[in-house]
Amino acid sequence: MAETKARVERPLSPHLQIYRPTLTMMMSIVHRITGFGLYFGTLIVAWWFISAAGPNGYARFEWFAGSWIGRLILFGYTWALIHHMLGGIRHLIWDSGRGLGPTEREWLAAANLIGSITITAILWIIGLLAMGGSV
Amino acid sequence: MSKDAHIRTPLARVRGLGSAKSGTTHFWHQRVTAIANIPLTIAAVIILITLLGRNQAAVAQILGSPAIAMIMLLFVASICIHMRIGMAVIIEDYVHDESARLTLLMANTFFTAVVGLAAAYGILKLSFGL
Repeated sequence: MAETKARVERPLSPHLQIYRPTLTMMMSIVHRITGFGLYFGTLIVAWWFISAAGPNGYARFEWFAGSWIGRLILFGYTWALIHHMLGGIRHLIWDSGRGLGPTEREWLAAANLIGSITITAILWIIGLLAMGGSV
Repeated sequence: MSKDAHIRTPLARVRGLGSAKSGTTHFWHQRVTAIANIPLTIAAVIILITLLGRNQAAVAQILGSPAIAMIMLLFVASICIHMRIGMAVIIEDYVHDESARLTLLMANTFFTAVVGLAAAYGILKLSFGL
């Protein structure tokens, strides 16, 4: 090319900020964010396995898991895991061609959110009881 | 435009592999691992809950037992493959600078390989008691 023309202002397709936020849109964004978070959360899973080899290492892991910041991260990890799993099941239903109608997709999104919060709460109640109520 | 005017050769169309030469491989692997992740995650969570409040020796013994160790190894393998594809999609969506994108895609492969291997090593060490 002999010369480069000045950039032409072309119309762009509307992006996120143009649209009114909807539940299905938010769930789609949250699915990606939870996946991103879980990616780094796997470091904790690897640390847990490695630490179990000896008492000193495991004590360090337990100290982290019992600290308020550790609890917060693990609670977030639990919710992200359950939310991403339920969201993934929703995507698999969509892959089969089902659940894409205007009413189904709305209740699937709602079920995703309510389900993830409920299951996370139940898991933590069971977990804290299993630890002998040492909250 | 008629079908005959398509720029791709009939052979390329039949192979269906596209310009990246891998077709729907990543799409398919992401679904296979997604389905595998469901029972494996449920199993891993149940195992974790049964281990809460136990001391290190008990945790090591249970995690290292054959069936539990195999479930955890499958869990780690499946989530790491799933993680790699998922993060690659995020990088490809948001990082437009060529060299930054290639660097991050490579870092993504390294990260998932190292985390996966570290977790698997941790489990195997408990099983074999090295």
